[in-house]
Amino acid sequence: MVQFVLNGETRDVQAEADTPLLWVIREELGLTGTKFGCGMALCGACTVHLDGSPIRSCVTAVGDVEGASITTIEGVSAEGASKAAQAVQAAWESLDVVQCGYCQSGQIMSAVALLEENPKPSDEDIDAAMSGNVCRCATYVRIRAAIHQAAKTMEG
Amino acid sequence: MLHRITEAARPSRRQFLKTGAVAGAGLVIGLHLPLRAAKSGASSGAAAATAGGDFAPNAFVRIAVDDSVTILAKHIEFGQGSHTGLATILAEELDAAWEQVRAEAAPANAEIYNNLHWGPSQGTGGSSSIANSYEQLRQAGAMARALLVEAAAKTWGVPAAEITVEKGQVRHAASGKSSGFGALVETAAGLPTPAEVKLKDPKDFTLIGSRVPRLDSPDKTRGKAMFTIDITLPGMLTAVVARPPLFGAKVKSVNAEAAKAVKGVTDVVEIPRGVAVVAEGFWAANKGREALEIAWDESGAETRGSDEIMAQYKELAKKPGQVARQDGDPAAGLAGAAKVLEATYEYPFLAHAPMEPLDCVVELKPDSCEVWTGSQLQTGDFATAVAISGLKPEQVQVHTLLAGGSFGRRATPDSDMVAEAVSIAKAIGGKAPVKVIWTREDDIQGGRYRPMYYHTIRAGLDADNKLVGWEHRIVGQSILKGTPFEEFLVKNGIDQTSVEGANNLPYAIPNVLIDLHTTDVEVPVLWWRAVGSTHTAYTVEAFLDEVAEAAGKDPVEFRLEMLKDHPRHAAVLKLAAEKAGWGKTLPEGKGIGIAVHESFNSFVAEAAEVTVDGDGGIKVDKVVCAVDCGRPVNPDVIKAQMEGGIGYGLGAILHDEITLEGGRVAQSNFHDYIPLRIEEMPEVEVHIVDSGEAPTGVGEPGTPPVGPAVANAVYNATGRRIRSLPFSRHDLTGT
Repeated sequence: MVQFVLNGETRDVQAEADTPLLWVIREELGLTGTKFGCGMALCGACTVHLDGSPIRSCVTAVGDVEGASITTIEGVSAEGASKAAQAVQAAWESLDVVQCGYCQSGQIMSAVALLEENPKPSDEDIDAAMSGNVCRCATYVRIRAAIHQAAKTMEG
Repeated sequence: MLHRITEAARPSRRQFLKTGAVAGAGLVIGLHLPLRAAKSGASSGAAAATAGGDFAPNAFVRIAVDDSVTILAKHIEFGQGSHTGLATILAEELDAAWEQVRAEAAPANAEIYNNLHWGPSQGTGGSSSIANSYEQLRQAGAMARALLVEAAAKTWGVPAAEITVEKGQVRHAASGKSSGFGALVETAAGLPTPAEVKLKDPKDFTLIGSRVPRLDSPDKTRGKAMFTIDITLPGMLTAVVARPPLFGAKVKSVNAEAAKAVKGVTDVVEIPRGVAVVAEGFWAANKGREALEIAWDESGAETRGSDEIMAQYKELAKKPGQVARQDGDPAAGLAGAAKVLEATYEYPFLAHAPMEPLDCVVELKPDSCEVWTGSQLQTGDFATAVAISGLKPEQVQVHTLLAGGSFGRRATPDSDMVAEAVSIAKAIGGKAPVKVIWTREDDIQGGRYRPMYYHTIRAGLDADNKLVGWEHRIVGQSILKGTPFEEFLVKNGIDQTSVEGANNLPYAIPNVLIDLHTTDVEVPVLWWRAVGSTHTAYTVEAFLDEVAEAAGKDPVEFRLEMLKDHPRHAAVLKLAAEKAGWGKTLPEGKGIGIAVHESFNSFVAEAAEVTVDGDGGIKVDKVVCAVDCGRPVNPDVIKAQMEGGIGYGLGAILHDEITLEGGRVAQSNFHDYIPLRIEEMPEVEVHIVDSGEAPTGVGEPGTPPVGPAVANAVYNATGRRIRSLPFSRHDLTGT
């Protein structure tokens, strides 16, 4: 049995310790906003925050997050989410970033983590932080614009 | 003990096309609209209330007492914006406020939700969603509006002609009465359907042509959108399938002992397409699959490498193929030319690699079969579920889910995802609902690729540097042979999808020959965003750049001289050139190139600016795009589809190829089948032609021009012509 905090709530899970966190979140804990895309940390669709930092949950064994605090897209969409989370989601909506939308939970988790660490990222900072998140619909033009817009909103 | 079921359950072509395709005379009224959704009961001439008390004037819209307007979308939403677009058209004629509008997937039904460009068959493809729905949904919206107006007239005792509707409010100015839609629903549901309705003058449009927010943005921004992979049913099991390592190989024997010993694995079953491991969750199923020992019968399999196949294509190309188009006297045109240019082009197999891995959920019971999947060809998926389940059509339901991309992959004529899932559900005796998940490796290595092609092309210029001869030969597999689409799209042995984009060459050239060699290869192939134009546009537009240079002419001027009879091509070409600053001087290492192409009745020109650094690295800095897709329904969605189509096409030409070694696919995941990432995405500027022509599609047409535009820009920067894809095959160091 493994215990960790998910979106602010302590959870005990039964999964085998080698099970990737992604499948525990999706199947055992029933939060399906975090997506499976490649299983090899190559696409970022499964991005969640571990103690505030973005990680790829498809290659993170649940046994390794014992005691950690995990935040998913559902966590950053809840009331009381951080200023960065709210700004990112508002920008995503106002620019209609999404197309198929499948990768967008991961994109948003990476963008929120970026802005929490660096509230005024340059294009190069955005490339570095977002390069691990693939979007086959190629919504990248709008992802970049939305991150800049969110940064502006946060400035106030 | 393995359960076996046979492949006998595959539907025939006829069945595929005829399923659900009864005449439906009772449903067709003056408006030519199916009256109501499949499950909603009676079919008299009266408008109707649904069981839930909503008003369902026809099969495309439901209006609830809470004022909400729900559009039933017959086309899948997989990113292209179909739900938003279809809703815009209907809401326009209904005069609904956008805030009250939502969309949901219509139930699968070939008769009611027929794609009017193909029918009778429900499905999405060929960038046809808006084009085939435009008049239909305008009528559907206008009919619903007429009934609400009539209901208000009756309630208020005033003439219907004096009633206006604006942004969801029904008003009678003289009496000062007004109402939302919801309060009129009960009365409207009892009224007879009008025999005809009047459509708006387009100058009065308020939603069509304006920016409306996408209906799916809020949920997709919060992880709430439901894809097939997110479906959870009580007691559901998860399955993965071990498929043959070579295309055409079959299971010889299976030792499932170790797999069954994996904790959580419940069943190992053989199905026509491989061996399925069923478990309590994905991880156990996947571990179980890793533990399987399977001996494969490779006797009938494709064992050639892609290099070998290409070498055979090159041999074939030396001989004339089947003629797809002939104008004038092509041989004489070239023989009499002052200058003849010649080139060859090579195109690899391409995987679609949508972000959501392929998946399907099935719940099979003795008297019912429910299927949940991102269904792109509902009629085929439905027929497949009926055939394999062995149930009656009325016992089978297909639910169309949002899909995490497709790019053609989910429009599989033999419904591979559904066939496997129903086969597995049947093999486990329907004891539990089952979700089949493909891993990324299954997807990349699973075939259904854009075919490999080899092109040869020759052009002749006369003494005045005018193009007088054009011979274009294409060698490659047919996408449609052996599918239900064959009888419509393979004419005189020519698969139209092999030659489209070459065959409809718009340039005024007196002598033209397009011919085709259709090859037999055991690799399953499929349409890939923009289909034939993914390779034909590259050959035509990259080669034309060479010809223009040989003629000593500017590439834009050279094209325009030959486009006098094709004003829409000419207009987008001029617009893209002008907006890109065509003719400007660029610094060392930078280049600009342009291409124009028509696909699916939309016209797109793209000008690309590139930088090639000293290490040979190519960066596409900017793409300026001009698009004419008829009347723009959702300008911002059109812009998004151009951006996305450009990114998708660019990733493919820069990096992507599926290669075979001894018949085995060499690539497996995103480390060696390399997707475009954010740092490679160019700035994109989109200009939409203001047009009153009938709307056409935008999902695919943005993709074809980007390859040749970038190729021409790279030539402009380096002097190197790239004639085999992807670009990553070529070393541009020091150019």
